[in-house]
This record gives sequence, structure tokens and C-alpha cells, in this order.
Amino acid sequence: MDLRTTYLGLDLRTPLVVSASPLSEEIDHIRRMEDAGAAAVVLYSLFEEQISRETLELHHHLTTGTESFAEALTYFPEPGEFRLGPDGYLEHIRRARAAVDIPVIASLNGSSAGGWTDHARLIEQAGASALELNIYNIPTDDQLTGAAVEQNCLDILERVRAAVAIPVAVKLSPYFSNMANMARRFDAAGADGLVLFNRFYQPDINLENLEVQPHIILSAPMALRLPLRWIAILYGRVRASLAGTSGIHTAQDVLKMVMAGAAVTQLCSTLYRHGIEYLATIEREMVDWMTTNEYESLGQMRGSMSQINCPDPTQFERAQYIRSLHSFKAGSWRV
Amino acid sequence: MKRALKTIDGNEAVAHVAYRVNEVICIYPITPSSPMGEFADGWSSERVANIWGTVPAVVEMQSEGGAAGAVHGALQTGALTTTFTASQGLLLMIPNMYKIAGELTPAVFHVAARALAAQGLSIFGDHSDVMATRATGWAMLCASSVQEAMDMALVAQAATLQSRIPFINFFDGFRTSHEVMKVEMLTEDDMRSMLDPDLIEAHRQRALSPDHPVLRGTAQNPDVYFQGRETVNRFYENCPGITQQLLDKLAGQVGRQYRLFEYYGAPDAERVIVLMGSGAETAQETIEALTAAGEKVGMVKVRLYRPFDVRRFVESLPATVRRIAVLDRTKEPGAAGEPLYLDVVAALAEGVTNGWGRFSRLPGVIGGRYGLASKEFTPAMVKGIFDHLRGEELKNHFTIGIDDDVTFRSLDYDPTFSTERPEVVRALFYGLGADGTVGANKNSIKIIGENTDNYAQGYFVYDSKKSGAITVSHLRFGPQQIHSTYLISEANFVACHQPIFLERYDMVSPLVEGGTFLLNTPLGPDAVWDRLPRAMQETLIDRRIRFYVIDASGVARQVGMAGRINTIMQVCFFALSGVLPRTAAIEQIKNSIIKTYRKKGDEVVAMNLRAVDGTLDNLFEVAVPEQAQGAIAQPPPVPAAAPDFVRRVLGPMIAGHGDSLPVSALPVDGTFPTATACWEKRNLALEIPAWDPDVCIQCGKCAMVCPHGVIRIKVYDEGRLNGAPESFKTTGSKDREWAGLNYTIQVAPEDCTGCAICVDVCPAKNKSQPRFKALNMVPQPPVREQERANWDFFLTLPEHDRRDLKTGSIRQQQIQQPLFEFSGACSGCGETPYIKLATQLFGDRMLIANATGCSSIYGGNLPTTPYTVNAEGRGPAWANSLFEDNAEFGLGYRISLDKQIEFARQLVQRLAGVIGEELAAGLLGAAQGDEADLYEQRERVAILKERLAPLDSPEARQLRVLADLLVRKSVWIIGGDGWAYDIGFGGLDHVLASGRNVNILVLDTEVYSNTGGQMSKSTPRAAVAKFAAGGKPGGKKDLGMIAMSYGHVYVASVALGARDEHTLKAFLEAEAYDGPSLIIAYSHCIAHGIDMSAGLQSQKAAVDAGQWLLYRYHPEREARGENPLQLDSRSPKIPLEDFMYRENRFKMLTKSHPDDARRMLQEAQRAVQSRWRFYEFMATRQPAGPLPAGGGVPDSTSAPAQDPETRME
Repeated sequence: MDLRTTYLGLDLRTPLVVSASPLSEEIDHIRRMEDAGAAAVVLYSLFEEQISRETLELHHHLTTGTESFAEALTYFPEPGEFRLGPDGYLEHIRRARAAVDIPVIASLNGSSAGGWTDHARLIEQAGASALELNIYNIPTDDQLTGAAVEQNCLDILERVRAAVAIPVAVKLSPYFSNMANMARRFDAAGADGLVLFNRFYQPDINLENLEVQPHIILSAPMALRLPLRWIAILYGRVRASLAGTSGIHTAQDVLKMVMAGAAVTQLCSTLYRHGIEYLATIEREMVDWMTTNEYESLGQMRGSMSQINCPDPTQFERAQYIRSLHSFKAGSWRV
Repeated sequence: MKRALKTIDGNEAVAHVAYRVNEVICIYPITPSSPMGEFADGWSSERVANIWGTVPAVVEMQSEGGAAGAVHGALQTGALTTTFTASQGLLLMIPNMYKIAGELTPAVFHVAARALAAQGLSIFGDHSDVMATRATGWAMLCASSVQEAMDMALVAQAATLQSRIPFINFFDGFRTSHEVMKVEMLTEDDMRSMLDPDLIEAHRQRALSPDHPVLRGTAQNPDVYFQGRETVNRFYENCPGITQQLLDKLAGQVGRQYRLFEYYGAPDAERVIVLMGSGAETAQETIEALTAAGEKVGMVKVRLYRPFDVRRFVESLPATVRRIAVLDRTKEPGAAGEPLYLDVVAALAEGVTNGWGRFSRLPGVIGGRYGLASKEFTPAMVKGIFDHLRGEELKNHFTIGIDDDVTFRSLDYDPTFSTERPEVVRALFYGLGADGTVGANKNSIKIIGENTDNYAQGYFVYDSKKSGAITVSHLRFGPQQIHSTYLISEANFVACHQPIFLERYDMVSPLVEGGTFLLNTPLGPDAVWDRLPRAMQETLIDRRIRFYVIDASGVARQVGMAGRINTIMQVCFFALSGVLPRTAAIEQIKNSIIKTYRKKGDEVVAMNLRAVDGTLDNLFEVAVPEQAQGAIAQPPPVPAAAPDFVRRVLGPMIAGHGDSLPVSALPVDGTFPTATACWEKRNLALEIPAWDPDVCIQCGKCAMVCPHGVIRIKVYDEGRLNGAPESFKTTGSKDREWAGLNYTIQVAPEDCTGCAICVDVCPAKNKSQPRFKALNMVPQPPVREQERANWDFFLTLPEHDRRDLKTGSIRQQQIQQPLFEFSGACSGCGETPYIKLATQLFGDRMLIANATGCSSIYGGNLPTTPYTVNAEGRGPAWANSLFEDNAEFGLGYRISLDKQIEFARQLVQRLAGVIGEELAAGLLGAAQGDEADLYEQRERVAILKERLAPLDSPEARQLRVLADLLVRKSVWIIGGDGWAYDIGFGGLDHVLASGRNVNILVLDTEVYSNTGGQMSKSTPRAAVAKFAAGGKPGGKKDLGMIAMSYGHVYVASVALGARDEHTLKAFLEAEAYDGPSLIIAYSHCIAHGIDMSAGLQSQKAAVDAGQWLLYRYHPEREARGENPLQLDSRSPKIPLEDFMYRENRFKMLTKSHPDDARRMLQEAQRAVQSRWRFYEFMATRQPAGPLPAGGGVPDSTSAPAQDPETRME
């Protein structure tokens, strides 16, 4: 069965891409992803803010309590050099590239103008096959207009686009007033791909100790509907290739996404639930379904159920709300 | 040849050479030598090679005794080997030093010379330690400055190889080891040129080898030992000549000419002093000034003290000398004189006899002591000695620098005499430990030293407290070499980096006319004047001081540096002092920031650069008025209500005037009163906790965890509230057993350090605004007066009757009065809550043997001690012997008490007829199990004393003295992991084996905390520590398991932050157990690199990850047929990395050695699982039944695991 696809200009064997998550922190995991049939892997995100925070934290701990007591002028040895900044991440890219043949897509979340471009350049130099921009923030400033938020996102893309030659994808938030318009503007600004959608970690309230806690919630199958709609709407309208992410758990989900118009699907929660090797199951079930239903290639179905091709385009425009999130105990995850 | 100029301290200067000319370095931490070992370990972990291109092996040993043994072995097998030490550490090396010298083995020990513990311990510099080794047969080479210390390190190495006599290269602790000076660095070529490869080869050829075997260390009999001892004489005769040749060779190489005995002064001097070490620098400076004024004075600097070259010494003196004063920086009580004095007297006698030297008549010689434990030695004192030498009557065995009003041996001198040169910039900086002042000053010295032709010197005086400590930096810059090895008393620049010091210290009196005073204050230039103490205003006006202010803390906050005002104050110093042109200075500061912080990341650099840019706009000159009009007076250091000794002796020490105390003020035997910390109100905290009675659930956890004993709880009758201040908070008790009583949690506002651990642990939240708890931090200054009154009132409330308390319940137990309060431990210390708990439970009958370390410093560092007494005057009796012997020391308590108790009981029996049979039976049969029993026994003892009072028989008199021992005493042996796991382990093991009833509390911080975080055998795998800069590769020693293997030892592993009730239970069980008990208490520490306000969370995470197990091993359970081991923590429930990467000690390895960090994490995780499984297996064994009376081993069968929560009894 021909499952080939093209995403960000990269020729991929299948549309099964592992999305950015802590799963890719281990090189061994990345090898297992390739072995299980992943067509590409998006590495966990490099958070510039986290690097800055860690740097300041290290400095803080190395200086706390120093030079105040005659017997203990310091409390830690100070090595000649620290490997701070993105060094560890860049090294990870290099090691991942050396370990597998599939494309390795880096993911970047900057917090400063310089950070976005500088880190993007370094990521390119480290050998990443492509770069996914994870423009992840929740605007809480009530003086900030929606237009300014939109412009900021576009500015970031433009700066990074100017800085690197490798393909650049943008992972979007669904919270734009007009998603279609934003997608078009990202497209115009040079995005090679649009990843729909970023899932934000949602805070939860712990009733026992009255604390707000971030909860890592694995995506539920229904989460698929939101990106499905927008991929279906955008298919054929933008040049950038489209990646679906959120709620893609089964072979059927992948097929639906491709029919909506996705070049690739990005998977994560389902691998936490069933293990990395579940990729092979998904692929096998896709092939089974396609065989049963007499498809010869994925190309045949790509965009077949998009708004421009489907029998009833209005279906994609009706408003509805999907709430079907579940929480999972850490112990129920399998890697 | 141009050599690099660097500004470094003496320790680095010596380590620079020692590291490069050795192959094996055996180390052990001891102040002030530890940094030499730290440098060596750091360089070794960074693979820095020695001059032969190989990286020295740096090995930490378990004690200095161990280090010396390892050095001996390494030397015997041919490696070039060294070690670094001081003080007690050097004493522990003495046995091996005799061996190494006896075997004529080339080696150098580098010693930062320090005082020895006698009537008290001191970490400061003098020659007591090296003098105690002068009989070992080691050559002793002394350096008097940082440059010399480096040069002598090389000469010693060359000389030992050539002479085969081992060398001590020593220099004054702190004054030289920690003084930062601009020095010329010896190059590796310099080192190579001084060390003859043939001699190294000869050393190797003498090494033990099975290829050409020999025998050493024979036992020799009366027939030959003596002759054998005399075989070495030629080597000692040759050693001085060899050393001088090498000094000459060094002079040829680097241009600095040194002599074994170096004369300096008038060629026709009549009065001469002889001394060695840093004091010689001050003496030289003074002689320069005196001879310029026409005085005929001079000095002999002693460089090679052993072997003492009599002829060279005598020949160094001018023919004109009539009187000599020999100065020793040590005391040898009962001797005919101190060592150098005796050597000089003997040398002169021998010299005259042999016709050596240039004088025909024996000069008059007196000896004197100076500078013990870094006591100041100033030009004024030197002049005082010379003046004395001119007098009619000479005072032999004099002292200088103190006021001896008991035996009148001290010489008078004029303290106003000064040799400070006007061209030298002298600056004083008063900073708080945490604010970066010292670091900034070291940086300023580097900038000036390395970017100008100026010479630079920095010396730093630290507080004796670990929290809220003041630092005073003394900086000199000048066009000529600086020989001033004494503190600055006449400054032309003074900076106060913390406004709180205005209340405490007179900082402006050292300022010279027209000097500059810089104050960090939030008050602007218009508001500040009225807030200055009047005396300070007067000084500023009278001396026409230029006065500047900056809100450095405000600028720091703006740039995100919270509290670190170092860079800001540094910019101000350069802007005002004029040492460098302002713009050039700022450029240099910026360069230095980039250089210093680059490795720590762009953010840190940017933050500091922002601080530089934000500074000058906020620096203002204050218009000083014509007249002082302030009403503020500096408060006395202790209140008038304090006891006489506290006011008279401790008060001046608190105020920083301890130097002025005369000999008569001090106890003759080192005995000091307890209950003194309460008089030292330090007002450290910017914020203190405020209690909200409406939210409080009265659990008592806040009081339990408070490291400083400042949160107190009392339960009392409402009627006691008469006279309470209006703001005093009270509420009804929630405990059913205390129904109708009132309940108050009160904070000691002036003693709190603001660590906020209490707030972190408080489980009660305000239901409407959960960001508030039952304790919330509020700014201290606005509530200080009010809360001081509340605290004073609180203290008048009675303590609850101890007999009525359920000590197993934290809520009730925590109203017991702590007899350990307001220590100077680090804010948020993880150790002190355990000690405090022990004093609450047992303090009124407790004797403590305390190992040297953090707990002996915050427990016994003058001026005040946190150990205190209850209303009856009872409280812990405390003593510190040494570091290595603490278990044995405590065992000595027990043996002695047991013996005396036995005797007291015999006397009771013998006197039963006189004191009453019923009383005697009561005294002898008392259970003494709980507080009620103890109370009754104390009542009986009181009656006994009454009945004995009129009796005059010898037995009655003896029993009167011993009567109090009839009340059960609790012996506690307390120390840290460095003691228990390493240096004191042999003794600890022996004490455990003894079966005696002692309680051993190991405050396990997993590093040598007191000396700055060096690795111990308790340090966990993957942790970065000093001496383990690359992460500790091996696992932590399981001390508890070793102790359990005896079977008769009660062992508990506790972590207060994980389960406080478990800790309480363990303390009660351990004390009640009639045999040895060992409590290993997880103590978070500043050396872990954690947020100290959340230290208890780290403890919990350690337990949740299985890194730290909670368990109790009770031998009595086995006798009852139960498994003696109870595992009280659950199986690991979080990944180890979730615990480890909360803490910098683990996390920094991921930044310095990421690959090693990954590997070690995996190894550590496996080890955690393996250890858990083992303990689980051991704890779930089901003994077949009670042990038979005569002993025997019951069968074990395995049983299913119980839930540890339910297994707690």
C-alpha cells in the first residue's frame, strides 16, 4: 500500500509523525519510533524561557550563602564551563539525527525576539530537518488587542523564516477570531506547514489542598474534531502543508484527518497510552482498512472530505462545542 | 620573561604550584586549608595536567589521619605526593609525619597554619599547629605573604627532593591563605627548571617494588634503634644549605631573593625583633617607617625554621644589636619560653661560644607572644615592642595586642601610631553575607590589580553566625607593594551596604578627614540625614566627610537581581573612589561582568550589565548640614536586664569590641554560661510570620519545624491574660483535653530569621482566600515594637505542666519549652529542628557531646549559645571535644555517669538508716519512665538533699554532690555526617558495639556543611559536592544498616519534612531504649542548593522517591517475637529525578557533565529500587516467635508486606 506523503517538502513514508512531547527526550525512544514506523519525529520543545530560568536558578544557587561565613565561602565547586542555553537541545538534535534516518523536526518556543531567531539558526546548524514554531502563550494583558496578538505571531514567523533555510511549520492556537484568515496570513508570511492545533496544559484545582495545579491531560478522541474541521476548511486554500494533531488515536482517526486534507497526523497521547510500538498497529490497521475499501494510495483520499470536496460543505461551518476531556493517572501511561 | 600577574589568595597561590608538581594528592577538608583541596579537585575533574602532562589523582580520605597514611603509602610506592591541612588535621598527621621523615621521604605538606583547640576552638591563624610538629623531623618553611607562599611551595618541593627531608610549607591561616593579593604567577617552566628530574628518578627508585624488594618499617630493639636515629644527621645538616641554594636559584629565575634568615632594617640596629609569618610584613612596614625617622631598629624574618641553621641565624644579625625580642605566634604553657624564642636563645649561646656572627657580647633576649588566632598585629604593636626594648627593665614572656590585667605580661603601646601611607587608597565595606559584597570586592581588586600598575590587597572579616552575617572587606590599593597585614583602621572610603547596620555598628569612625561615606538606603538624599544616629552625624560633620546614598536594593529589584547589590555598589565605589577614571572603570566592570558571568549564561550577564547602567542615575550626594541634630542613639548591644556576665563580657563581643576585653574578663577554663542567645537581638528578618487564630487548626507543626525556636505555643487559663498588650492574640484551645483553656502562637520578632519554613509547612488555609494560611509573612519593622511587647508578655505566661502532656502527639508535645533557641544557624536550617525537639523532650536532663561542625558552631560559637534553661534553671549541658572523637567523648559521659550513679545508689543504701528507709527505697526503685516519674524522683532528691544538709559524714557529703544523678540523665552524642560516616566512624562503631545507653543523633546533610559542602561518605550518588566536582560516582554508605547488624542497637532513619510524627516517635523510642540508639536525621542544607523556605518539601520528595527511607529498628521487638525492623515509608512513588532535580547539587551536574548526569541518574534510580526491595524484604520477614531467653536464632519466613502507614505504632 502506498502511504507516502509530503510534509514541509519532506517526502515521508507514511503520514504518521510523532508530535512534540517528552517522549522524544530519550534517543532510545526515537529509535523505537523509527522502528515502529514513524515517518518523522518532532522533538520536544526548546523553551527559551525555561533556559533563562534555569540559568538564573543555577546562578542563584551557586551564589546563595556564599562569602558570608569564614569556613564556607562557597558551597559548590564551580566547573570551568557550564553547558547552558540550548547546548543540550542542540546536542540532542545531533544525536537524534545520528540515531535515525527519518526526518527530525525541532520544536522551538522563544520568549524574546533574539531568542527566536538565534535559536532557530542554531537548530538549523545542528542538523534539524525542519523547524516547528510553537507559538505558545496565553495573552492575559487586557490592554492587548487581538490584532496585536496576531501581528506578534506573524512577526515571529517572518523573523525566523528570514533566519533559516530549512522548512518552517507553525503550530497554531485555535483561539483566533478568524482562523482561516490567520492561516492565510501565516501562509503568506512563509510558513511551510501549519500544525493544527496546539493543546495548552490546563490548570486544575486541587480540592484537598486548595491549590491550582497544571494537569497533563492526554487528548481524548473527540479532540480530533476541532483540527479536523479546520484542516477540512483550509485544505486547498493555503499553500502550506497541513498537519493534524490532537485526539488522533487510531487508524480511523488518521484516515479521517487525511481525508480532511492533512498531509500528516501528529500522534502523542495514544503512544503514551499504548506504547510507542502502537505506531505499527495504526499503520497496519490503516493498510487493512484501505485494502478492505480498495484504496491503492493515501493520495487518493487526501482532501477527499475537505470542505471543497465533501458532499455537504456547510457541515464544517455549524457551531458546536466539544467537551470530552478525561484525566489519566500517571500510572496508566505506557511508554 | 614576562609572567602573568593575577590577584589571588594564598590558598590558590599554593595550590597552583602544589597541584602541578605532584601526582597524588590526598585531601580532607579543614579550615582554612580546604580551598587548596577544592582547587586541586576542581582542576583534576577538569583534567588539568601537572607539569609532566598527567592529571594528578586527587583522593579525599576519611580524616587527616587517613590522608597522611595514604600520602605515606603513595610516597613509599614512588608517586610525588602532597596534602593540604591545618590545625587539628595536622595533629592527626603527626604519627605518619615521624614515619615519613624517619624514612627520608621527599614530600611537602602545605599548611594554612591555624590555632589549636584548647580552652576553645578557633579556626583562625597562628603557629600553634605547625609548632606542635617541630619534633617530627620535617623541615619547616614559612611564607609571610601570598607571593611568598607560592614561591615557597616550589622551593619546598625542590628542597625536599634534593635533601630527602620532608617539608611543611606553612603560611598564616586567613591572613595569608585568604588574603587576596596581586602576585606574579610562577610558570610551569619555572617549576620544571627548579625540579631536577634525576632527583625524581631517585625518589622512584627508592620506591617499594616486588621487582627489587626491600623491607621498611622494621621493629628495632635497644641494640640499634638509637644509632639508627642518628643516621640522618648529615641530611639535616645539609638541608639549610640546599634550601638556600634553591632560594638563590629561584631568585635567578624570577628575581625575588629570599634568605633563610632575612635581616631587614638599619645596618646599625640596636633593637631587633625576630619573627616569622605574615606578622613579618607588618614588622617590615613599621621598621621602614621607624628607620626613616632615625631609629636604629631591625628585624630577622625566619623562613626556614627547621632545620634551624644556628650559624646562618647568628650571622644574619648586625654587630650593633643589643636587644632582641623574639615573637612567637603560639603559646606553650609551662615552657621556659615559646619555641622560636628558645631556639634563638640557644642559637645565640652556641653562636657566641663558637665565635660565629659579628658581635662579641650576647645581646639581651626576651620572648613574647602575639597574634594568636588571628589577633591583630599592627605597626603600633611593633613600635610598642621596639619602645619596650629601649626601656630600663625588660619584660620577658610578654604579650602584645591584649590587655593582660591578671598576670600583667602585656606590653603597653600607642594604638594611634600608624604607618599607612597617604598614597594608598584604603576602603572598608560593610556587607551582609548574602548581598555579594565580598564577591564584588574581590572582583574590584582583580580589576584594579590586573588593569593598572597598582598593587592591590583584600582581606575579609566574616561573622561567626551563619545567618544574617556581616562581612567587612578591607581593601588597599597603592603604587608600591603592600606589606600591611593588618586591618584598616584609617579609611578614606567606607561603604555601608545594608541600612540595618546603622543601628548596630559605628562604621564612620575609621574615616579620615575628607573621606567618603557611601550608604545603601531606600531613603533619598533629602530624607536620610535625620535617620542617622547622632554620633554618626557628628563624625560626618567634624571630619568633613563627603556623604553619598544610593538605593541599591531598589536598583537591584528593577533589574531582577533581588538582594544582590554587589555590582551596583561596585559601580558606586569606582565612581566615588577615583582609583580609576570613571568611564574606564565602568568599562572594566562591564568587561569583568562578561568574563565572570559568561559561563553562567546571557541572562546573568545582561542582568548585571543592566545594574551597571542603572546605578549612577541613582547615586546622590547628601548635603551635610553644619550641625548635628539627630536624636537617634545607638542601642546597647544587650539590654540592661541581661545578667552581669552577658552585659560585661558578651555585650562587647556582640558589638564587635571583643578585642578590648581584658584577660580578667574571660573564664580561666573555657566555661561559659548557657541561656545567652536570648539577649542578642539580631533583627535579621525583613518579614516575620503573623498568626491568624481564626484559620489555625492548632496542629503544632509550625513550632516543630521552626529552625530557630522563634515560634512558640502556650496553653493557659484565660485569667492569665490580665495585663496582656492589646495586640496580643489568643483564642480558645481546640484540643478537647484543653477545653476552656486559651491558646496562643507567638513569634519572637527580633530573633526570627524570616526563613518562612513555618508558612510552608502550615496546612491551614483561609477558606475565602487560600493564598493566606494560619501563618503569613508580614514586614517586620512596622510590627517590631508591638510584637516585642507581645513576646515579652508571652514569656510571662507559665509553661504547661509537663506531666499532663501527651508527648506522642505533636499538637500537645510542641507546647514543651524548647531549650535550644535563636541559634546562628543558616536561615531555614534543616538540622536545628531535630536538636530543638530533643531539648523539648529531654532537655532538662540532657548532656550533649557535640562533634565539631555546623552544630558545634551554631551551638557553641561565641559570643552566645542557643542552649538555654527552663524556669527551674535546668537545661542541656553541652561540650565539644573534637571532630573525630565525639562518639567516644559521649561514651565517656555515659561511663562516668553510670559509675557515679552506681556509687550514689550505694551511698543511698549505706545511708538508708539516716535518710529514711522509705525515701531510700523510693529513690532506688523509682521507675523514671515518664515525666510524672521524673517529677517524683526530683521531689525525692530534693528531700534527700534536705536530709543530707545537716549531716557531716564523708558519705553524706559525697551523696550531696552526687544526689542529682539519681534523676535519670539522657546522654546525646550529636554530629553531622562528616563525623558519623567518615572521621568519627571508627569511634561511633565502637560506641554502638559497647551496648551503653547513649543516644546518637546524626544530622545528615550528606556533605561536610560547615566547611562548605565537601563530599562525605553520606553524599548520595550523582550529587555534585566539593571534592566531587564531577558528581559522586559511588553510592551513599548505609550507616543504619551497619548499626542494625549489631542487633542490639536501636536505629531510626527519619525526615521531619516527610513524616513529623514518625520523627517524634523515633526520638521517644530512642531515648527510652536502654542501650545505644542511633537516629539518622535527614537534614536539608544550604549546600543542597535548594529554596531553604521549602526545605521540608525536599525532605518529603526524598522520601517519596525512595532516596531516603523512613524506618525504625527496635531490638526489643525481636525479643517479643516481632520483626525488629519497621519500614515506615511507602514504596517509591515518584521518579528519583523528580527529587534530584529539585536540588542544585544534582541538577548542576546536568549542566556541567550532562552525559555523566544521565548515566548516574540511571544508576541511582536502580540503586534506590534495589535498596527498597532489600529493606522491604527485611521488614516483612516474620520471626517464628519470641527469642528464647538464652538467645538463639529463630527461623524466618516471609510474610506479606504491611501498609507502612498502619504499621506505625
